[in-house]
Amino acid sequence: MTTTPLRAGGAPARTGSTDRGPAAARARRKRLLHWIAVHAVAIATALFFVLPFVFVFLTSVMSDDQAMSGELWPHEWNWSNYATVFSTPGFLDWWKNSLMYAGLGTLFTVCSAIPVAYALAKFRFRGRRTAMVLVISTMMLPPQVIVIPMYLVWAQQLHLSGSLWPLLIPMAFGDAYSIFLLRQFLLTIPQEYLESAKVDGCGEVRTLLRIVVPMAKPGIAAVALFQFFYCWNDYFGPQIYAAQNPAAWTLSYGLESFKSAHSVNWNLTMAATLLVMAPVIIVFFFAQKAFVEGVTLTGVKG
Amino acid sequence: MSLVESPERPAPAAAPRPKAPELRRKHTRQRLRTLGFLSPWLVGFSVFFGYPLIATVYFSFMHYNQIQEPSFVGLRNWKYVLTQMPLFGPALWNTLWLVVVMVALRVVFGLGIGLLVTKIKSGVGFFRTAFYLPYLAPPVAATVAFVFLLNPGSGPVNGLLEAVGIPAPGWFNDAAWAKPSLVLLSLWGIGDLMVIFMAALLDVPKEQYEAAELDGAGAWAKFRYVTWPSITPIVMFAVVTGVVQTMQYYTQALVAGKLASGVNIGPGTVIQPGYPDHSTLTVPQLVYSLGFQNFNTGAACVLSLVLFVIAMAVTTLLMRKRAGLLPAED
Repeated sequence: MTTTPLRAGGAPARTGSTDRGPAAARARRKRLLHWIAVHAVAIATALFFVLPFVFVFLTSVMSDDQAMSGELWPHEWNWSNYATVFSTPGFLDWWKNSLMYAGLGTLFTVCSAIPVAYALAKFRFRGRRTAMVLVISTMMLPPQVIVIPMYLVWAQQLHLSGSLWPLLIPMAFGDAYSIFLLRQFLLTIPQEYLESAKVDGCGEVRTLLRIVVPMAKPGIAAVALFQFFYCWNDYFGPQIYAAQNPAAWTLSYGLESFKSAHSVNWNLTMAATLLVMAPVIIVFFFAQKAFVEGVTLTGVKG
Repeated sequence: MSLVESPERPAPAAAPRPKAPELRRKHTRQRLRTLGFLSPWLVGFSVFFGYPLIATVYFSFMHYNQIQEPSFVGLRNWKYVLTQMPLFGPALWNTLWLVVVMVALRVVFGLGIGLLVTKIKSGVGFFRTAFYLPYLAPPVAATVAFVFLLNPGSGPVNGLLEAVGIPAPGWFNDAAWAKPSLVLLSLWGIGDLMVIFMAALLDVPKEQYEAAELDGAGAWAKFRYVTWPSITPIVMFAVVTGVVQTMQYYTQALVAGKLASGVNIGPGTVIQPGYPDHSTLTVPQLVYSLGFQNFNTGAACVLSLVLFVIAMAVTTLLMRKRAGLLPAED
């Protein structure tokens, strides 16, 4: 998208030696001013987005006393704060639980969403539109609407509260948001590929596994990432089902109790906060493309 | 498939219609195939959505404290929630306030950031990443961070404001500032909207801008008559999904209220949500509080259904207006 040639200094290059005379100079000056204005605004805005991370990081290495002082720059760099956070009872369990919740949740969701999304995208059958409307409706529904009867079933009949299974098991039965996203992606696969697979004698299952899944990898990656992030970030689910059993807490849920237990130690809380953010941000840098693909898929396609 | 294998299969156009039972068998097989592929969702939809929705309606007419057997009380829960419950008004007001203010500001800010990114010539990658990253911060972590950054005692933000002589607000500790602070937090996580607006803006045909420039259009005229008409569907999409998300607004408000209250509690401890002065109490929080803290199942289910009706109304609107969600194909 950048058409202006750039010089090392960053200012727009002169477009050629024919650019002489007062009119050209005015145009050049105008371009330069425009460049300066845009980048000044960009830098100011970037501060709003970046400074919170910087302050959180700086506070996370301060001493206990300094973290309460309101000072911005640490006197000494206490990297041991991070070790203290890790040695907090429960913290490693929360990590393990978050990884299990996000990992299994993603696996279940992707495996169950693929056939459903494929049928909704590529089969013609009566009630397809109704099914789509129902998928979108469930997607839009606040989770609080149905949580009470569900909780009663899991807690009183199946005795599974105090674990993350009441959150994981439903994911093996098709998550509406993932189905919707994946379907949007599968719509873009040309029908001819499927037909030629069928001419070669593939049944629907073989077509799905051999042709559709390999072609839909970017879409599947986006759905998997979204689901991983959803589970990692989920607070409401663990609050409902895992609250009574600290051994089942996830990082997102435990972080709040960490703050309560270390109410005056902002430094430790900020270190823990960064440790909860870190995996998501690291995953993002490795999977940036799939992620942006997914976000645009939600809005632009269709 | 069996039709393909059938030995004396004639050319379709000239063929006599396949025999009725054969056709029916094919249809049955196709229907079974479709059902098979859809089965995970069909089971999930009925068990984890259909059943609890019906049960919610059932419990809304029951007195049930989750210990004794439920007993029928008619419309008493409905009357209680809609006319007597003191927190219903504030919760509904806060949710509506957030829906209007947060969604409007997020869309405007997201569009602004999207425009800004498309104008940046140097360091696009850096700026794009910087604007996007906060969106990824887990809501609880982002909220904890903001409660610290904005805390009136030792927070760096108020430190900076005081240093330049701007009177510092109480943020999450002040009933008048708590919701605006949540809005600020939501603007920090603008990355999702930035990306979809950026994609939409880059899709606007360049020739149209050039044509407008030839006609002597200024920056505003170009935005108003070239950019805006082609991004309206995305703006519409952002508004509607924003409304739906904000009606579910829960985690940030709850965590901010709990932490700012400074009460030394672990999760699971009963504390009235909405600190300070119910200013951060949203409808979903009230559902949780009624159902899981007061064990007033009936009232919680009534409130769930109120939320359900509002959500369905918005969703219907969304599919009517086809804000990019349901393709127009079939």
